[in-house]
Amino acid sequence: MTYLITQTLNGLFSAALLFLLASGLTLVFGVMRIVNIAHGSFYMLGVYIASTIVGRTKSLWLGALVAFILVASVGLLVQRLFLRQFASRPLAQMMMTMGAALLFRDAAFLIWGGDPFTLAYPSALGGSVAAGDVVFPAYRLFVILVAGIVAAALWAIDAGTLVGAKLRAAVDDSEMAGAMGIDVGRLSGLVFAVGAGLAAFGGVMSGPIVGGYPGMDFDLLPLAFVVVIIGGMGSLKGALVGSVVVGMIDNFGKALVPELSYFTLFAPMVIVLALKPTGLYGRA
Amino acid sequence: MVARNGRVLFSTVIALLIAGPPFLTSYWVGLLTQMMIFAILAMSLDILLGYTGLPSLGHAGVFGVAAYTVAVLSTAQHFGFWTCVIGGLLLGTLLSAAFGLLVSHVRDVYFLMITLALGLVLWGVSYRWIPVTGGDNGVSGIPRLEAHAGLPVSGPIPFYYVTLCVFVVCAALMGLVVSSPFGLTLKGIRENESRMKSLGVNTWLHCYLSYVTAGVFASVSGVAWAYYNGFVSPTYLDLTASSELFLMVTLGGPGTLVGPVVGAAAIVLLKNVISAYTQRWLLILGSVYIVTILAAPDGLWNLGVFAHAFGHHREE
Repeated sequence: MTYLITQTLNGLFSAALLFLLASGLTLVFGVMRIVNIAHGSFYMLGVYIASTIVGRTKSLWLGALVAFILVASVGLLVQRLFLRQFASRPLAQMMMTMGAALLFRDAAFLIWGGDPFTLAYPSALGGSVAAGDVVFPAYRLFVILVAGIVAAALWAIDAGTLVGAKLRAAVDDSEMAGAMGIDVGRLSGLVFAVGAGLAAFGGVMSGPIVGGYPGMDFDLLPLAFVVVIIGGMGSLKGALVGSVVVGMIDNFGKALVPELSYFTLFAPMVIVLALKPTGLYGRA
Repeated sequence: MVARNGRVLFSTVIALLIAGPPFLTSYWVGLLTQMMIFAILAMSLDILLGYTGLPSLGHAGVFGVAAYTVAVLSTAQHFGFWTCVIGGLLLGTLLSAAFGLLVSHVRDVYFLMITLALGLVLWGVSYRWIPVTGGDNGVSGIPRLEAHAGLPVSGPIPFYYVTLCVFVVCAALMGLVVSSPFGLTLKGIRENESRMKSLGVNTWLHCYLSYVTAGVFASVSGVAWAYYNGFVSPTYLDLTASSELFLMVTLGGPGTLVGPVVGAAAIVLLKNVISAYTQRWLLILGSVYIVTILAAPDGLWNLGVFAHAFGHHREE
């Protein structure tokens, strides 16, 4: 029982990180139809930038904030300089993001070197929380909570504000939304920047546990894509549900059948694709 | 006149490929062998990407499964040459037949994304199924083709000629496929699927068969690569590998069979020559992606200059 609860919490922790990554990925896909291979690079840049900030100031929060802002700006630049001119040419955009991902990987290697590292825990969250027999690191619980807050905030923006309404319109039919006077170009920039920032934020949050290492940019990306496919491309709710499903399956899969841990992801994806090709909450 | 230029060029290239190797160092013979193996793979992707309009970002996965099959069968199981070759081809083909069922109803970006995920799952299996695949270390010690097949000769040059034969046969077969009525239907689907449907074409089946055909030739290339390299590891089927393949086709010229050969040769050449001089290979590769899309989005072979000089143009 203890084992089960601990593993569930671990699964939720993976789900929290996945959601921070997949929410941006799915929105970028929804609005711009871009398969953004550079999304993992934003996640990686986040943790590397935070390592510099945390090294100087010892504050993970400041690191997260700076990483969010810097990477969101980088995202905006990538969108403006490289992607906007290829609107509605998905293959060209995919190749551009692939090129950008390789440039970011090499740039990170040049700037920060190739040594793996982890970020320092924030002092208040270094311990663990005990409830009965279950002992769980406080920091992991905290990350789950933060991701929950981010999800709630995104949902509130999506459902309750004008920007959210425009966003939903653009996801449903960006051409028609444009015809209605919504500035889809500007919205795309915003979504791309915020998505990049959230990925970076997720990277910082994972920093004390997973840390940074060369090649991390393509490590979590497969899982994030599976989340988006299962949840439905363009759907925030789908990203949330998908993250929990994939986080749980991946975690229990790794614990129970470590050799086939990626293969366990294959089954739910196939089932969803067979029954509902657009994903759980996606629209055709 | 223009068409004759093209024919002269091809005859020259083929003649050089046949007669040249004895005069080259083994480094260049090896490089030419690599180019031909990847050219088969790039052409197979082009059946999907260029001719059918289905952008697969998991194509290295099929290649990798065939290569791993040869590796595992020949090392851990000590099977004979033909068992390994047929096993690799069969497993690669069966895999694409199974994956094809999952992807043949989706198009465009969705196809891209789902094939990407499928390819990554294969990569994950190769990486984590350690008892069979050796994980990160891969499988090494695949016997040399010449020894395994019991040929009386050995060395890079016999291997080169075997690859050349395989390459010519595969290129000819793929040429037949794309110029057959089946291939023309694929082009029709690329241009306007709903019109093809209304003409009574089962577009799902055509896309499925296109996917499987591409898988067969990718498996051929994977088997050849396992013997050439003597070693397989997860890096040959990861996202970078799949997208490098994508780059070969896009850089060379999708929708032609010559284009991918040019692209594969260019990338293999760049990769081997440049990595000998600099550590910054990723930076250069990344720039090649961006410059390709900015400067030659239809590929080198489809650039006006080449098309006029050699009388080849992507058939619209």
